[in-house]
Amino acid sequence: MIALPADPMLPRLFDVLKVKRELADTFTLELKSDGGGFGFQAGQFNMLYAFGAGEVPISISGDPGKPGTLVHTIRAVGAVTEAMGRLKPGDTLGVRGPYGTPWPVEQAFGDDLVIVAGGVGLAPLRPAIYQALANREKFGRVSILYGARSPEDILFRKELEQWRGRFDLEVLVTVDRVSGNWGGNVGVVTKLVAKAGFDPMDTTAFVCGPEVMMRFAVDSLEKRGVSTDKIHVSMERNMKCGLGVCGHCQWGPHFVCRDGPVFHFDEIAGLFSVREL
Amino acid sequence: MVQIDDLGRIIDEHPFFRGIDAKLRALLVGCAANERVEAGKYLFRQGAPADSFYLVRHGSLAIETHAPGRPVITVESVGEGEIIGWSWLVAPYRWTFDARAVTLLRVLSFDATCLRGKMDADPVLGYEVLRRFVPVMGQRLAATRLQLLDLYGKQKG
Repeated sequence: MIALPADPMLPRLFDVLKVKRELADTFTLELKSDGGGFGFQAGQFNMLYAFGAGEVPISISGDPGKPGTLVHTIRAVGAVTEAMGRLKPGDTLGVRGPYGTPWPVEQAFGDDLVIVAGGVGLAPLRPAIYQALANREKFGRVSILYGARSPEDILFRKELEQWRGRFDLEVLVTVDRVSGNWGGNVGVVTKLVAKAGFDPMDTTAFVCGPEVMMRFAVDSLEKRGVSTDKIHVSMERNMKCGLGVCGHCQWGPHFVCRDGPVFHFDEIAGLFSVREL
Repeated sequence: MVQIDDLGRIIDEHPFFRGIDAKLRALLVGCAANERVEAGKYLFRQGAPADSFYLVRHGSLAIETHAPGRPVITVESVGEGEIIGWSWLVAPYRWTFDARAVTLLRVLSFDATCLRGKMDADPVLGYEVLRRFVPVMGQRLAATRLQLLDLYGKQKG
């Protein structure tokens, strides 16, 4: 009997190992499959299928050096992600992937590395941070600049605190709004770009967050002197097939699921501010 | 006590006045004083006369406002290497927010009446100070607009 090729639209079944409540509306799922490990590159995403609810693209937020478990951090913003938020250990989820382009961590070896994240945009960058820390000696300075809505909305707070305790890492956090007892920065994440200690002449930057935030972050990086060919952004569009076939995520000449989600800023600079796209 | 030479050096080293012409710096020094504010104390209060502006040398402060029955709202934090205050430039010269030291704060303050007088008398100094103020005001306006967008909140509709 001839074995049929694997159907790229057919999800693999994964069991929910662990559910971690990160924020009021954000949670992390640890998944495992009987079929073995799940290799991926930092920045890639999977199509996750909550049976009976639907399928959505979600970036992988785990460590690419630990492919045994698949980790996704999800914000409940609609019917499908809300259904995922109701999953418990032992429940089953469909997974297709990994898809998309990765953060070019290895290309950044030898440079200072600046990671600019806003809100839940820290999740797709966390694998790149893990990879950078695993190769710490191959970078100059490494800075993580993170902006959240409020102190209560700081994602991966314990991990950020741990990273901030390292002598070889700069971690700056700011929040947009605060009332009460907060001794940290208040203001937009782009303001941190001016404060961070990196050499703009030899810096690679990874940026992920809401699109407007990314526009201003790129602008701040450029003003600081970072070359746009060393700035990378992760885009989000209405991805459906994950294969560059269905066209739902078309963005100018690109399909975000196939040509992205991580783009060289130079590649998309002309599209970035076009309202109609 | 801080000497005039020290004030000149502090002005030179602060990013806001970096590279300023020595003659203009000498004019600035005549209006400058070194100040220290304990954590929790106010540098200035909303509604009070805006009689100074400040270069932050060390520490951080919170720009705050308040509304009856609500907790204090922090609008922005300002830290080392930044400046605080432009109400001294715009009549009727009153502070529009509170500025509270979050940590021990060291600032270089400039007497507003003194500085406005020198800027009126010497348009080169006036232009130089405003040329340095306008980008900061533009950046803060853009930052405020971004904050108003509530980018990380859930999108409606």
